[in-house]
Amino acid sequence: MIKIDNVNYVYQQGMPFERQALFDINIEIPDGSLTALIGHTGSGKSTLIQHLNALIKPTSGKITIDDVNITDAKTDLKLIRRKVGLVFQYPEHQLFEETVYKDIAFGPKNIGLDENEIDERVRLSAEAVGLKEKYLDRSPFELSGGQKRRVAIAGVIAMNPKVLILDEPTAGLDPRGRDSILNLIKNLHEKNRDMIIIFVSHSMEDVAKTAEHVIVMNEGRIETEGSVSEVFTKCKLLRSIGLDVPQITLLADKLRAAGYDLPRHIYTVKYAAKAIKELMGGGGDV
Amino acid sequence: MFKDIIIGQYVPGNSPLHRIAPPFKIILIILYIVLLFIINKPFSYVIFTIYSAALIIISAVPLKMILKGIRPMLWILVLTAIMNLLMTPGEAVLSIPIFSWTLNITKEGIEAGCIMAVRLLYLIIGTSFLTLTTSPLQLTDGIEKLLKPLNKIKVPSHEIAMMMTIAIRFIPTLAEETDKIMKAQTARGADFETGNIIKRARAMMPLLVPLFVSAFRRADELATAMEARCYRGGTNRTKMTQSHMTLLDLKAGIIFAVAAAALILAEFWV
Repeated sequence: MIKIDNVNYVYQQGMPFERQALFDINIEIPDGSLTALIGHTGSGKSTLIQHLNALIKPTSGKITIDDVNITDAKTDLKLIRRKVGLVFQYPEHQLFEETVYKDIAFGPKNIGLDENEIDERVRLSAEAVGLKEKYLDRSPFELSGGQKRRVAIAGVIAMNPKVLILDEPTAGLDPRGRDSILNLIKNLHEKNRDMIIIFVSHSMEDVAKTAEHVIVMNEGRIETEGSVSEVFTKCKLLRSIGLDVPQITLLADKLRAAGYDLPRHIYTVKYAAKAIKELMGGGGDV
Repeated sequence: MFKDIIIGQYVPGNSPLHRIAPPFKIILIILYIVLLFIINKPFSYVIFTIYSAALIIISAVPLKMILKGIRPMLWILVLTAIMNLLMTPGEAVLSIPIFSWTLNITKEGIEAGCIMAVRLLYLIIGTSFLTLTTSPLQLTDGIEKLLKPLNKIKVPSHEIAMMMTIAIRFIPTLAEETDKIMKAQTARGADFETGNIIKRARAMMPLLVPLFVSAFRRADELATAMEARCYRGGTNRTKMTQSHMTLLDLKAGIIFAVAAAALILAEFWV
């Protein structure tokens, strides 16, 4: 479980460009949760997630992961980084090894595992992200964008983290690449039932399709949080802070305003289709 | 650590120093540095310090920004001072015997050490002052204008200026990128801080390879973007804003000349 207690963070404290990025953040994320973190650019999402693996230390406040206080100066950073895997935005930009295999093995090697275990982890994580065996001996630089990203994600998964955080994992991918990364996230969630997965996203469609829990950030504060259906019914609030709701939710809202009796928590096309069908079957006059 | 690099960081403002025509400003800064290397007497340095302080105050660039720029150069500064201190022959004030050899700290050495350190310090301040008060665009403009006479001997002044601007422009970008890659590799358990030199040099690989790849990618993208907008070098290219000499430049020139004359007077006749 991740527990964030009253965390504040100020960039460049005491400098002319001083800016507070996080204000009194309080969150609890239970084991096994698949959480989406949404918010406008500059709302503090990236800053917050970097706190979770101690790349940034809060100016004040406390973060505990499984009862280990990671903000304590005495805590072993390596241990935290083993526990919390962080996939940055455009993670394919950090690939550097000659082969895909070596690149995925970089993390496990750094935490000092032996050859056999490294080999096992590389193969398992490559499989988990859907990379075929034949790619392992290729250079990561000759792969396509989507495949590179898989390699980078595999590199983090290979460290066997308890918490996996992905910063905009679908940014810059085409629709197919997008869907496959989202499916990958879902699969990981289903296969690792106590792993916490947090992903940052700009796309409400992606969030609606993938996440179970949503945290909304605005200007360094937590604006609201809850299950996907709870959050997406707060249409007005979301739009007032520059976020959108999924297009299908908007459509349902408009239909409801026009007098059609649709349920309030429509946020996937599938569910909308079902609800509309029921309505048509019931009323018959559409 | 990369946040300390202020070369190429422009602090927007509207002070007279920001508004001096860029080519003229570059000439003045060069003269400022020439002056710095002409003077030798402590008294002259006092005057020079007053001038520099006045410049900083007028420019309204936060002092912290300037001090931050000095920090990465601190070691070179200290090293130069120490070298001068120990290597200058002259009248010994302190002799330290080391085995069969004596290390003499001389009066001249102390003087030379101090002077070199101060000179370097002002050299850094002077040059970073140029980039702090001149936007990269203006800077290219200035460089290009100054190099223009060399066109006659086939020096591609526009291209040189463009390359310099791009280089300056990309320093902060690449520094940011470095920071990002470092964080990403740290998250994968990389360790950049401990170990001996060889270990540390090897630890840089996961940082340098992605950085080079990204530098090439950016260069490529930039080249494509420039070509897409029909960029083809300096021939027949006109400027959107033409900079002309203004009254301000004249005033700045006169003030500079008077100040420089006073300084030289202090140096050679007082």
